[in-house]
Amino acid sequence: MKKLLAAMALGASFALATPAVHAATPKDTLIEAWRIDDMITLDPAEMYELSTYEVTGNVYDTLVAVNGRKTSEILHKAALSWTVSDDGKTYTFKLRPNQKFQSGNPVTAADVVYSYQRLTALNKSPAFLIQDLGITTDNMNTTLKAVDDLTFQMTVDQAYAPSFVINKLCATNFGIVDSVLLKSKEAKQADGSNDWGNGWLKTNSAGSGPFAIAQWKPSEVVTIQANPNYWGPKPKLKRIVWRHIAEEASQRLLLESGDVDIARNLSADQLDGVRKKGGFKFTATAQNNNLYAGLNTKNQYLANPKVREAIRYLIDYDGLAKTALREGWIVNETFLPNGVLGFIDSRPYKLDIAKAKALLAEAGHPDGFPLTVNVASTQQQWMDVAQSMQETFAKAGIKLQILASDQKTVITNYRARKHDMALLTWGIDYFDPNTNMAFVVNTDNSDTPKSKPLAWRNGWMNEDFNKQAAALLMETDAGKRKAGYQAMIKAWQPISPFAMMFQQNMVAALSPKVKNFFIGPNPEMTQYDTVYK
Amino acid sequence: MSKPAIASASAVAAPSAEAGAHFLHGVRRLLLAGGGLFFSLAATFFGLLVITFVIGRLMPVDPVLSAVGDRASQATYNQVKEAMGLNLPIWHQFARYAWNVLHGDFGMSTLTARPVMEDLIRVFPATAEMATVAIIIGIVCGIPLGVWAAVYRNSLLDHVMRVVGLIGYSVPIFWLGVMGLLVFYLQLGWVGGPGRLDVYLDGEVPTVTGLILVDAVIAGDWEVFANAFSHIILPATLLGYYSLAYISRMTRSLMLEQLNQEYLITARVKGLSERRVVWRHAFGNIQVALITVCALAFANILEGSVLTETVFAWPGIGRYITTALLSADMNAVLGGTIVVGTVYVGLNLLSDILYLIVDPRAR
Repeated sequence: MKKLLAAMALGASFALATPAVHAATPKDTLIEAWRIDDMITLDPAEMYELSTYEVTGNVYDTLVAVNGRKTSEILHKAALSWTVSDDGKTYTFKLRPNQKFQSGNPVTAADVVYSYQRLTALNKSPAFLIQDLGITTDNMNTTLKAVDDLTFQMTVDQAYAPSFVINKLCATNFGIVDSVLLKSKEAKQADGSNDWGNGWLKTNSAGSGPFAIAQWKPSEVVTIQANPNYWGPKPKLKRIVWRHIAEEASQRLLLESGDVDIARNLSADQLDGVRKKGGFKFTATAQNNNLYAGLNTKNQYLANPKVREAIRYLIDYDGLAKTALREGWIVNETFLPNGVLGFIDSRPYKLDIAKAKALLAEAGHPDGFPLTVNVASTQQQWMDVAQSMQETFAKAGIKLQILASDQKTVITNYRARKHDMALLTWGIDYFDPNTNMAFVVNTDNSDTPKSKPLAWRNGWMNEDFNKQAAALLMETDAGKRKAGYQAMIKAWQPISPFAMMFQQNMVAALSPKVKNFFIGPNPEMTQYDTVYK
Repeated sequence: MSKPAIASASAVAAPSAEAGAHFLHGVRRLLLAGGGLFFSLAATFFGLLVITFVIGRLMPVDPVLSAVGDRASQATYNQVKEAMGLNLPIWHQFARYAWNVLHGDFGMSTLTARPVMEDLIRVFPATAEMATVAIIIGIVCGIPLGVWAAVYRNSLLDHVMRVVGLIGYSVPIFWLGVMGLLVFYLQLGWVGGPGRLDVYLDGEVPTVTGLILVDAVIAGDWEVFANAFSHIILPATLLGYYSLAYISRMTRSLMLEQLNQEYLITARVKGLSERRVVWRHAFGNIQVALITVCALAFANILEGSVLTETVFAWPGIGRYITTALLSADMNAVLGGTIVVGTVYVGLNLLSDILYLIVDPRAR
């Protein structure tokens, strides 16, 4: 027994003698704790996940980019300048000379052609971004052209508003890839077609941005390192590391012990705790992501615009923003996120039971009716919103039943128009108001349309709005375009099949050593080349 | 089980011809066990295959949507639907699915967009490493404590052990994990934080087995070894503590049963020391049952470490299967379940083999 005790004591002392591991993070490396388990590919022509954009947005240069700190400004990245032809359909870009990829290959117009062609031909999730400009596999050899080494030309099918086309090209899916390198990585897909190097680029990088992918272990860690061939000022840090830490409490522990420099997913309570402890900095930016409820007009009650208007008065916007959604969401009742061209802070609704009751009486339902709402149970905050709705709706006689399931089930239902109400978020695809015309435009309300915009999913079609949206898409005067969307928001709010509620707010807690860190309103606008410690 | 240990001593001393026959008998048993393993594996496997396929088709989730996302155009949607074989008749889909699985191809995970097999090769060693360290802690501490608690029944030690066991059964591991991190990581700085390694050491040693401790030894990199040890010790101790609670309770009750037997009085009358009576005679007779207890405890750690893996950001199989389940990623669920199922059956076989070695009557 004595021997065993001694052995256990030895074991214990060994465990205790393990040296303290609170080493500060290396000076040239920024380490972040973030949930990155949505990341499934690093190929810009395939990716459509939020965290991926932040990573690849620092790896691939686009021709042009939106300045995250001042979203009305377009930055010249790979392109020095551009012109639009008189008929408004041909865009000519002059490339910055002497740019190189991480491999050392020069960046030429042929690379831009290749990048845009593979985005079109691979036909993955983001392919619609370019296909919507009328560029298809059939015409891409003529619509996308390298005039010379440093001149790239793109011809679109209509005379769109130039601000729309340029804003669209800022999405990292239009990132320029190294065609010489990728051609050597091309392989056959299962159906015999060319994979455009997608199999390889899923886990590697071939860009000309300030960083390059160093390693990626799904749901574990992703690291980028400074690209020595970058044309611009050299990044101040050598490596940026995102570690997947699912648990908020663990993120906070890592931050407080100095093992990570930035914690990205702290809850409001965790943030309170860190603030109370002191010694950390905080930064927050409103994100281009809206939380809303879809109101299906296929439902006998919701078909009545007065009922939909009543529902918008039955949501406790301010109360929720102060409690369940504190720090994470701010009130936004429009279909555009604050910061996007055309946004106007129009807030006609607040919780007003009496008004809602009056509207319901006018609609012929003074005693209310039963209704269901589909919610993703994995998102506690959304469940909180649904429960708050249940309470406030009951005050006007509406018996709201919460149908909680995983998010894919909610979306499957939503796309089949099988819901009464659905609580969901919508993030923009590119930094232009046209992206959120999904809330407004529906040109085919049949059960088998070519596309299923959000308006279709709620069975709502309005010819006037379809026409307005089409006209604004072609409006060449940026000022008129902006005013047009602002007017549209106000006219749309009282009749739409939606209750727009909140816009996401992202807060990060960081070590005071970290300088110049700024969360972009879109993930790709969180840039690391100027961050230092 | 309660047969006197003296009898087994005579079996050990059997003449060599008889030993040969025993050996052949043992081999036959092993072969039978192997055959049994094969059939139970095949049956389990087929059952799992059918169930996951049916669930995958019954779930109210559009599998194409899981793959292409909500924004893709109709053309993209159609292309992927065809590539996934979803426009084929249902029996054809099942045949194709079963054929691929039989060839070790569990298909693609919609969650990671990688082959499930690749994911499993990545996540399983992480869990296996933590579970192995945990079960070692559980066995090394749990068995002696259980024996002592039985020998000194109703003593202070026994009561303390009962409380320790009770805590092990009733306190959620999630809470203990966070508390452990707060105290030993944040306050005292004795152990590493969440994750398998400090970030700056990640990728320092080449992956051979996927077990970082082993890989570090192979590479002779003791800094990585020490760092990995500092990260694994807390979660493994916690998991080990839970199995310790179970193992020590089981050991105690098995021992109590033996300590009341007459053959122990005989042993004492023969003048054997108390230590020999307890450890050689009484403990010797509960070893076989303990093997089952430990194998079960090990299997429980392997599949039941989801919460520990979440708190400690441990990229293991428990978390993989749970995340896959929550996002309706049926290929990953099937692959993960098959691995856990195989480990269960494998542990059963292993305990059968250990029986042969430990218990002469089984030969």
